[in-house]
Amino acid sequence: MDATKGDQLKADLDDLLDEIDEVLEENAEEFVRNYVQKGGE
Amino acid sequence: MAIAKVLGIETEYGIAGGPEADPIIASSVIVNAYAQQGRSRINWDFEGERPDMDARGLPDLTAFAPVVETHLANTVLTNGARLYVDHAHPEYSSPECRTPLEATLYDLAGEEVMRRALALANQSLELGQAITLYKNNSDGKGNSYGCHENYLISRALDFNHVIRAMVPHFVSRQIVLGAGKVGAETESGRESSAGFQLSQRAEFFEEVVGLETTLKRPIINTRDEPHADAERFRRLHVIIGDANMSPFATMVKLGSTSLLLAALEEGGPEQFPGLPRHPVHALRQYALDVSLTHVEDCEDDVSRSAWDFQDQLWRVGEQYVRDHGPEAVGPEDEVNVVLEQWRIMLDGVRDDRATVADRVDWVAKLRIVEGYRDRYELKDDDARLQAIDLQYHDLRPERSLAQRVGLRELHSKSAIREAVHNPPGSTRAYFRGRCVEKFPEQIVAANWDSVVFDVGAGPLQRVPMLDPVRGTRELTGELLEKSTTAIELLEALNR
Repeated sequence: MDATKGDQLKADLDDLLDEIDEVLEENAEEFVRNYVQKGGE
Repeated sequence: MAIAKVLGIETEYGIAGGPEADPIIASSVIVNAYAQQGRSRINWDFEGERPDMDARGLPDLTAFAPVVETHLANTVLTNGARLYVDHAHPEYSSPECRTPLEATLYDLAGEEVMRRALALANQSLELGQAITLYKNNSDGKGNSYGCHENYLISRALDFNHVIRAMVPHFVSRQIVLGAGKVGAETESGRESSAGFQLSQRAEFFEEVVGLETTLKRPIINTRDEPHADAERFRRLHVIIGDANMSPFATMVKLGSTSLLLAALEEGGPEQFPGLPRHPVHALRQYALDVSLTHVEDCEDDVSRSAWDFQDQLWRVGEQYVRDHGPEAVGPEDEVNVVLEQWRIMLDGVRDDRATVADRVDWVAKLRIVEGYRDRYELKDDDARLQAIDLQYHDLRPERSLAQRVGLRELHSKSAIREAVHNPPGSTRAYFRGRCVEKFPEQIVAANWDSVVFDVGAGPLQRVPMLDPVRGTRELTGELLEKSTTAIELLEALNR
């Protein structure tokens, strides 16, 4: 992989991670803990 | 001879919130919200449901046979699909489709149905009771629910050959089709201390062959309930798949499996790679190995990685199309896309993952999980990483991560909107959907292989549809168009 392509990938990922920071549930611990399902099928 | 690979996909959605935080109530609210806004208030007809029938012939008396629940919300949509409450989840079963691309469209339509149902339901609920839906397969705490595929296969096919040919695909296809999972949640999975697995489902499987779907899940499920003429057809019920957010993954899942089943019907099991000696072990170990280098011993004394299996199986599919044409699976251009994308995904996961992060779910998910972990120097078990996993599958547009990672689209938004309302023209789903659309007051019930009318005078009239490729637009479109009442339609059918 050339350096330019690598830089571009990293920049894209940084933008995406910024966006995830905006939409990720604020209280991740509680959000994850409260997600309990009954089995299905 | 390979028969037409009629197929479909059924997805149980994860659900949280709702009145009293009861998932059965919440699921009913979802299904009823959708059913009541449209014209679709048609009940499901349970006549002919036999989920306890076993493809191996003798019923397995020790197996915990599935129970059909008749009292929960259950409806037929104008696109031919079934929307209902299954145990404690809302489920969308797509209409029968004729090609992998079409079945992918109707899976996406199902997602859209759930999104609309969610918006409608939450309008009627207080803020603290809002429901959320997830297109995933586990809660990260040891509870799993399914995304099942169905394929029409010939009754003439020896079921032992299905096992022999398909186990290699079902243990290895996760390297391109897995939806990815942060951590592990079963006893065997936790022993591995895995930070990330390729598949949501792999660690829940315990048997090679069986009838169960909720306990001791088998790699090959033997439920023999064809919903069609049982003399001619079987329905292979595949329970091992992950629900995919990437439409390309759904298409390759349905397309690769259809191609291999057609190849088996046409040329028998000898062309397939040897079975792993310990299929359940292989399935789980492959899932735990993000490097894709783990190899398993096989019955033909070859050691294979999951990649080796997939490479060989791709060649079986490609050779089948070259020798016998694509027709059993779909039109030539579509089947070529399936083979091409399967190949690209397979080479991509091994050689350059960045090139397939827009179509392989586990690669897309791993990229953001690792990126986020590294940015904030988090431990592998940090709740934020599990939240990223969960929100990857979140149907709320404002929370969905799958919508933000740049997954390639396969169908236009307008095509998906059309498919929410209209049935595919290529199967009997056309007749079912159009009848529900046109004569909702006269239909008392419908199911996969019949529609039951009550036209007032005389007994109920059941229209059987035992052949999935009849009842198409081509065969019934004009008749449905011309009939202005259900009585006219039934009279024309009886002539």
